[in-house]
Amino acid sequence: MHLTKDDVLRIAELANLRLTEEEIGTSGGQLSSILEYVGQLSKVDVAGLEPVAHITDVSGVLRNDEVRPTDRIVRAALLDAAPEREGDLVKVKTVFQ
Amino acid sequence: MASLNRMTLKEAADGLRSKAFSSQELTEACLGRMRAVEGQVHSMLQVLETPAMEAAKEADARLSSGKALGPLDGIPAVVKDNLLLRGSRTTSGSRILETYESPYDATSVALLKAAGAVILGKSNMDEFAMGSSTESSAYGPTRNPWNLAKIPGGSSGGSAAAVAAAECLFALGSDTGGSIRQPAAMCGVTGFKPTYGRVSRHGLMAMASSFDQIGPLARSAEDARLALSAIEGEDPLDATSAGRFRYVEPRLPSEGLQGLRIGLPDEFFTPGMDADVKDRTMEAAAKLEALGAEIVPVRFPSAAYGLPVYYVIVPCEVSANLSRYDGVRFGMSVPAPTLKETYSVTRAEGFGREVRRRIMLGAHALSSGYYEAYYLQAQKVRAKMRREFDALMQDVDLLLSPTSPSVAWDIGEKFDDPIAMYLTDIYTVTANVVGAPAISAPCGFVRDLPVGFQLIGRPFEDGLVLETAKRFQDTTDFHLKMPML
Repeated sequence: MHLTKDDVLRIAELANLRLTEEEIGTSGGQLSSILEYVGQLSKVDVAGLEPVAHITDVSGVLRNDEVRPTDRIVRAALLDAAPEREGDLVKVKTVFQ
Repeated sequence: MASLNRMTLKEAADGLRSKAFSSQELTEACLGRMRAVEGQVHSMLQVLETPAMEAAKEADARLSSGKALGPLDGIPAVVKDNLLLRGSRTTSGSRILETYESPYDATSVALLKAAGAVILGKSNMDEFAMGSSTESSAYGPTRNPWNLAKIPGGSSGGSAAAVAAAECLFALGSDTGGSIRQPAAMCGVTGFKPTYGRVSRHGLMAMASSFDQIGPLARSAEDARLALSAIEGEDPLDATSAGRFRYVEPRLPSEGLQGLRIGLPDEFFTPGMDADVKDRTMEAAAKLEALGAEIVPVRFPSAAYGLPVYYVIVPCEVSANLSRYDGVRFGMSVPAPTLKETYSVTRAEGFGREVRRRIMLGAHALSSGYYEAYYLQAQKVRAKMRREFDALMQDVDLLLSPTSPSVAWDIGEKFDDPIAMYLTDIYTVTANVVGAPAISAPCGFVRDLPVGFQLIGRPFEDGLVLETAKRFQDTTDFHLKMPML
């Protein structure tokens, strides 16, 4: 399949990426050639196979749902990483207008 | 005595114990080497001289009072810049994390420190580990120490080049589709990707979580084994990590490789391969045969789908994992009128081309109407590959192939052609798709550039992969060759 300009804009919207005019022009062709390459998977006989999200046999690892204190220095460093904050709160732009 | 910074980890550990030299002398030798060659090689994004010298001093105190921690005590190493190291920036080679300070240590890094290793700094990499040449780093490419016009491989190109250029004794890298093994092959060092789950991924910046695995790059398989021993093990902070009870110790005779069956899969010897690379690989197979191993041709039909499976599932996991870079909690934030625009402008400015490309591929492959055709189908083919691999590995103990279809290429040569770049991972992705351990070890040269061959083992039989490579290296010296730089 060849991705149209509208496809590219839809994908960019899903991916939260603003594209330049040039990228809107070039992305369709690049992504299409990769999709064409991986398209060979559609020919593989997978009858009776379950999809795997994970390749190991590890599953359902649980832990107790309990609050554990964070090291104070780590806590401060995590908060310091936020571009905008007020006290111990991370500041975010208005979500609902 | 070889210059200290050129020693194997094993030689240096012995020298530290016999007091032939100190960790401070060894560390200074590596730092001095960095000062001399970094202008040309650019394997490092950050060098941490003062903390390194302090750690070396502490190691010397332990070594001189007979309280050495183990073989890594006082040994200088570098870690890839997608691993958190407290007191350092961790950028993953991306502009979006240019000023990001590591809030804590990755488990693998904490374990290295606990074993006494001296961490010299953070090595260069393709942005968020997406690439096979280290050219997608936002901080400029690393150059191959064997030929500065060539790429070092990637994405752990900085780690491989730092070991090859004698800037450290070993390094940690991460391998999602070959990112330890392929640069190890290109730079003439030994690189090992452990079984998925053997090393905790806590504190590794996620690329594709069901493929990513941390492992060592070193001067020998024996050195890689020593480094792996320090970082492996179950971690409550990584639910996919596996306990030591899973590990299978190698069953080999005390000498030679009698009884070992090594398969050469037809599907790994494809027409696109450099004929000289194939020759070096077959010479390595002949040496293993001379040591007593039985070399048998095998078929692994679904391996032909390894690369397309990889380039569907990985971008899907990438698009989900990298959604955290939103300009709100950490990293770059470009002001824009609304929250939605803050996301899209920050991510457009902060991410490089290949990262944006893979995020878009993943967002598309996961979107309504395409999910079944791409993601779900690829997950089924992945299951088919694992089933076929398990059946094949009942017949043979290891698979052998070239690590990469070619030697290092020119910087810039494939940068604008994503598919050509992806194809260089064609032999390495399989081990990540099925979760198996795999090594790349040097087996000679083509046009004065190193060639590596790959051995793939059964999950949790990391010991057999490493021991077979060690016995190959006991009778060859390709792994000890170093570039004239």
